[in-house]
Amino acid sequence: MHDVMYFLQQLINGLTVGSAYALIAIGYTMVYGIIGMINFAHGEIYMIGAYVSLIVITGLAVTSPAWIPLVLLVALICAIIVSSSMGWAVERIAYRPVRGQHRLIPLISAIGMSIFLQNYVHLAQGSRNIGFPLLIEGGISLGGGEDGTFQANLSYMQLTIFIVTLICMTGLSLFISRSKTGRACRAVSQDLKMSSLLGIDTNRIITATFVIGASLAAVAGLLLGMYYGSIDPLFGFIAGLKAFTAAVLGGIGSIPGAMLGGLVLGVAESFTSGYLSSEYKDVVSFGLLILILLFRPTGLLGKPEVEKI
Amino acid sequence: MIAQNFRHALFCAFITLVISYPILGLNLEAQGISIKLTGAETQTYVGIALAVLIVFLFQLFRPAILGGLGRVKALNPLVDRQPMPQEKRIRFERVALVLIVLGAMFWPFIASRGAVDLATLVLIYIILGLGLNVVVGLAGLLDLGYVAFYAVGAYTFGLLSQYYGFSFWMSLPIGAVLAAAFGFVLGFPVLRLRGDYLAIVTLGFGEIIRILLNNLTDLTNGPDGIGGIPDPTLFGMEFGRRVKVEGNTSFHEVFNIPYDSTHKVIFLYLITLILAVFTLFIIRRLIRMPVGRSWEALREDEIAARSLGLSRTAVKLSAFTIGAFFAGFAGTIFASKQGFISPESFVFLESAIVLAIVVLGGMGSQLGVILAAIAVTILPELAREFSEYRMLVFGAAMVLMMVWRPQGLLPMTRVHINLKKQEAGVTDHA
Repeated sequence: MHDVMYFLQQLINGLTVGSAYALIAIGYTMVYGIIGMINFAHGEIYMIGAYVSLIVITGLAVTSPAWIPLVLLVALICAIIVSSSMGWAVERIAYRPVRGQHRLIPLISAIGMSIFLQNYVHLAQGSRNIGFPLLIEGGISLGGGEDGTFQANLSYMQLTIFIVTLICMTGLSLFISRSKTGRACRAVSQDLKMSSLLGIDTNRIITATFVIGASLAAVAGLLLGMYYGSIDPLFGFIAGLKAFTAAVLGGIGSIPGAMLGGLVLGVAESFTSGYLSSEYKDVVSFGLLILILLFRPTGLLGKPEVEKI
Repeated sequence: MIAQNFRHALFCAFITLVISYPILGLNLEAQGISIKLTGAETQTYVGIALAVLIVFLFQLFRPAILGGLGRVKALNPLVDRQPMPQEKRIRFERVALVLIVLGAMFWPFIASRGAVDLATLVLIYIILGLGLNVVVGLAGLLDLGYVAFYAVGAYTFGLLSQYYGFSFWMSLPIGAVLAAAFGFVLGFPVLRLRGDYLAIVTLGFGEIIRILLNNLTDLTNGPDGIGGIPDPTLFGMEFGRRVKVEGNTSFHEVFNIPYDSTHKVIFLYLITLILAVFTLFIIRRLIRMPVGRSWEALREDEIAARSLGLSRTAVKLSAFTIGAFFAGFAGTIFASKQGFISPESFVFLESAIVLAIVVLGGMGSQLGVILAAIAVTILPELAREFSEYRMLVFGAAMVLMMVWRPQGLLPMTRVHINLKKQEAGVTDHA
């Protein structure tokens, strides 16, 4: 019984972190799908989302539990507004002027932007990590716990992460498949030049991609910041790397791929820290990436690329 | 037109306010376990307001401002300058390199101890930059984990000296070859992939190496690092006050001069200089050899190069391995210079700095890389009082450089022969 419960707990933990990774990974995969660049500053936008939501939660300073859902909602909205503005500004300042150049150039511009944003927050908010209060407490026991066996728990925080992620993913899928902008997004990612010939304002679509990606990253920032319990200006970098790994794992450019990649990566990490040692979880996730790329270079759900001469 | 501009300007100003106010204007302060929100100082608010106003005005009058600036010739001296003729350019580059090397040789005898120490660091970055230049600039392979090979070189020396008492001169080739071997083993499977995947795999590899160094505590001493790494010796002469290894002699006793701690710094500097010149020379030769030409051919057009019979894997692998080799080289020197190494020195930021050096210098151009390495290392040292803002400015400079001058300070141009007459209209961009 112990082993099953322990396994179940690791699975839940992995899926929790994995679904948040998936939210960040969507930003990478959408941008890559459309303009073929790695948006290195995306992890920083996620970090800014976490900071803004903590600022709002602290600023509202609510103690009575009845108001907590409202506080979280306000924090979420503020984080989304600031992060998506940031995404918009970053695209305008650092990416649009260098679009269409040799592919190293946007990438280096993105690395510069990432360093800039990290230090921007570092200078304004200090480098120390700050505790993030856990506003959603409690949980459900899933069994075990008798005679000192391991007890598996599903905390309400984890449940919230699942539900919010699910809502975001459903919303995004509907948006991409049904709305006019979503259709334009798909067209642009298939062929940028052709869709601009057909009268789609590609600049607007690219901006929209950045804004959508940044909003989802802000949601992930609030959720993961609270789940981990502390944030610092560097915490976007490694999460960004992980999310990018997740996007590549699932097949970069594919939105379902990013979701799947995030979950696979989260579970792999959680099992590594549960059964081996938490220090090696990053080694395992990057090792997994290398293996996947060797045996299936397009990722799990990616389409093979045809070289045209 | 004006109305549209006005709306856009208003929107930009609003965005500026949204992205600056919450982060700059409201500060989180940890007090014990609770956190408190405090307002910033008045000048921060004034700064935010000013920024919003400037963005608003700039966007409102943007066409006028940019048009006006474009017409001022003094601001853009490059606007109607012809590129330097080829013969002159080659001569210029050669003379500049010789002058830099000569200047570098006399540097330790005119500069202070601190300046020599800094110059050693500059030379280490030059070696790194020249090595990465082969991978990124010439072969066009984006390597974001270059620091991993640097770490391999440094740790090879650290571990060999700690466990087996190897000296600098024995470890130098071993460290470089081992780093090259790592590059070979990593590159072999990965180089078949598309470029962007290479970037992320090398980035992951860099992280893996760092995490392993951090966690293999029994072997590497983990985050505490390895200390007591010996300094290089000159034909068995040590530069310390007392001889540490049996059988060695001491420099100041052999020459019968009073002990001076700057001897060691100068000696290390000169060794690094020799190795940097060696790196420069080897790579300069390689560029002109068939292998160097095939690097560039593959970068310019992979399909054409392959159809001419170049093996993609072999060519890329050679560039990757050679780049790793020189990183290992630089790592060994770095370990010897610091006397202490820990995983802290081999973070992603180092890779980003070396990449920035290559890109700022102008990809492929050796003189450019050298100048960029000097600038990137020295400028932050000069602006020490602004050290808080150092990385902020560094990041902003990377972005601005890409936007304004993406080809770098001194872009590389291939030596080429201009065909006569009948093809006079064709300009060669090779």
